[in-house]
Amino acid sequence: MKKTVFMLWLLVTVVFLFTSFADAGQKYKVAWSHYTGWEPWGYASDTGILEKWAKKYGIGIELVLVNDYIESINLYTSGSFSACAMTNMDALTIPAVGGVDSTVLIVGDFSNGNDGIVMKNGSTVKDLKGRDIKLVEFSVSHYLLIRALTMNNMTEKDVKLMNTSDADIAALFASDSNGAVVTWNPPLMQTLNVKGAQLVFDSSKIPGEIIDAMVVRTDAPAELKKALVGAWYEVMAIMSSKEKKAKEAIQMMAKNSGATEAEFKAQLKTTAMFYTPAEAVQFTKGTDLKKTMEYVRTFSFEQGLFGEGVTDKDFIGIEFPDGSIIGNKNNVKLRFNASYMQIASEGKL
Amino acid sequence: MPIFWGIHAKPPKIWKIVLGLLPFIILVSVYLTASHVRLERNSDDKLLPSIGKMIQAVDGLAFTKDKRKGEYLMLRDTLSSLKRLIIGVLAAAVVGLFLGMNLGVFPGFNALLMPFVTFISIIPSLSLLPILFISFGIDEMGKVILIFWGTFILITRDMYLATKAIHEEQIIKALTLGASQFSIVYKIVLPQIMPRLIETIRLCLGGGWLFLIASEAIAATDGLGYRIFLVRRYMAMDIIIPYVLWITFLGYMMDLILRLIIKWRYSWYVEMRKGG
Repeated sequence: MKKTVFMLWLLVTVVFLFTSFADAGQKYKVAWSHYTGWEPWGYASDTGILEKWAKKYGIGIELVLVNDYIESINLYTSGSFSACAMTNMDALTIPAVGGVDSTVLIVGDFSNGNDGIVMKNGSTVKDLKGRDIKLVEFSVSHYLLIRALTMNNMTEKDVKLMNTSDADIAALFASDSNGAVVTWNPPLMQTLNVKGAQLVFDSSKIPGEIIDAMVVRTDAPAELKKALVGAWYEVMAIMSSKEKKAKEAIQMMAKNSGATEAEFKAQLKTTAMFYTPAEAVQFTKGTDLKKTMEYVRTFSFEQGLFGEGVTDKDFIGIEFPDGSIIGNKNNVKLRFNASYMQIASEGKL
Repeated sequence: MPIFWGIHAKPPKIWKIVLGLLPFIILVSVYLTASHVRLERNSDDKLLPSIGKMIQAVDGLAFTKDKRKGEYLMLRDTLSSLKRLIIGVLAAAVVGLFLGMNLGVFPGFNALLMPFVTFISIIPSLSLLPILFISFGIDEMGKVILIFWGTFILITRDMYLATKAIHEEQIIKALTLGASQFSIVYKIVLPQIMPRLIETIRLCLGGGWLFLIASEAIAATDGLGYRIFLVRRYMAMDIIIPYVLWITFLGYMMDLILRLIIKWRYSWYVEMRKGG
């Protein structure tokens, strides 16, 4: 009796563990989180555009809003999702380092002022010397700060970093009379409204380096990739058209993101969206992307984001559309692929 | 006599050891199996790292000087966290002891403060976190105050109850023997509720850890909770799992030390409890 109960219980546990890792068949789950450049995904799902494209390729796509950005990437990396919206840096340091071969399927936009360094009692990056800076460590904010410091011949040792949750950063900045923060929108907007706050650096000074993308498992079927690309560019076409539909779409996205229409429009201004697939293809095939990824991987390695025991930034390989690879050719885990966006630009989806 | 089933079961000594270890063995083997399955599929998987990977991570954090900061990170995290926890809980113990004791002995004092203490004891401490951070800053002060706040009311109320439980005859007797009010509090009541205070601290430490980790997660430059929430950023389970085990170990050791203090200093209390 005892033995049976025990064995039964063990069996249930093991079966449960195995099934939860198994693939869900023909239905694919895609994760996203709230960010200006990703609101079109919510719109695509709400208006049925995504479903339409999924049907066209004979699959099912379930778009899931995960309310915590890092959690959404962690869920993707551990196998719960087939695709997830994330930045180029996080795509490298979380799924790629975690051994999940990932493809940057859609390059949606780059931050062009959506991330910034704000301080009181100072007006240039040099004034940051010796100051306490609040930011989410290891995030794109951290990357932006290091780039800003490097451009001003300073290093991380010149400042003191304080890891601070992005949910609290704006309120803490407001209450601190000698505050300095690095953050992104919408909290960036809130910090700039504080009396005495000065924007000393933002991502428009390093254009094209903080990229927001839809990342998909490299082994996911072409149907999923095509359906996602198709739905995305249909929404992009609506947003950039001059029709009434464009205004309605913006209103819907603003409401969904919890911002007013004016705020959302202001955020869109500092987000360099690629409204046509042709622009995105050109960007992805450009040589600047390689330079950017070199910066990003150097930063990630120096911060220890490749994990304990990794002694070389060549540990992981990054592949570009022209087939060139930086890093380990035998361990390519992040691939920039322009081919699906290319098909979209040719109107052949 | 049954060995395992039923309320009359008397497991022999060897069985007790085996039964006690069983849940641990099951947990570890389920983990190892699942980890093996995942690593088989993807050798770089980070969700369920192998034991070797965790040892490597601990080695890097605990026994190798950090490249950038030039210190042992795990040691620094541990010291910072323990400092915050100990200061917070000790302050709570001192305030709670004196407040509770006086509430129990002096009716006038009780009338003045008891309704207030009861009222504020209902405020959930974690909901105060944003307010504490903004008013006391996110440096050490804000964190210590959160831990203090989260534990001192429970200690106060327990000290109050412990004082109330002292037989009135004792106090009357002391008074007839010519004791002053002051010496009643400090010579009769205080020694009797000291072991109970340590017991309460033991129970409060769990909550103390919770508040410590919560405050370190929101804003910090070091600490055990800080590290866990920092490396979550790149899903370093090989660091998170050893840190959780380390926190558990530290908590267990603190509990053990407090238990030993009671046994060593207040053996009468242990006997009294046994006797019911």
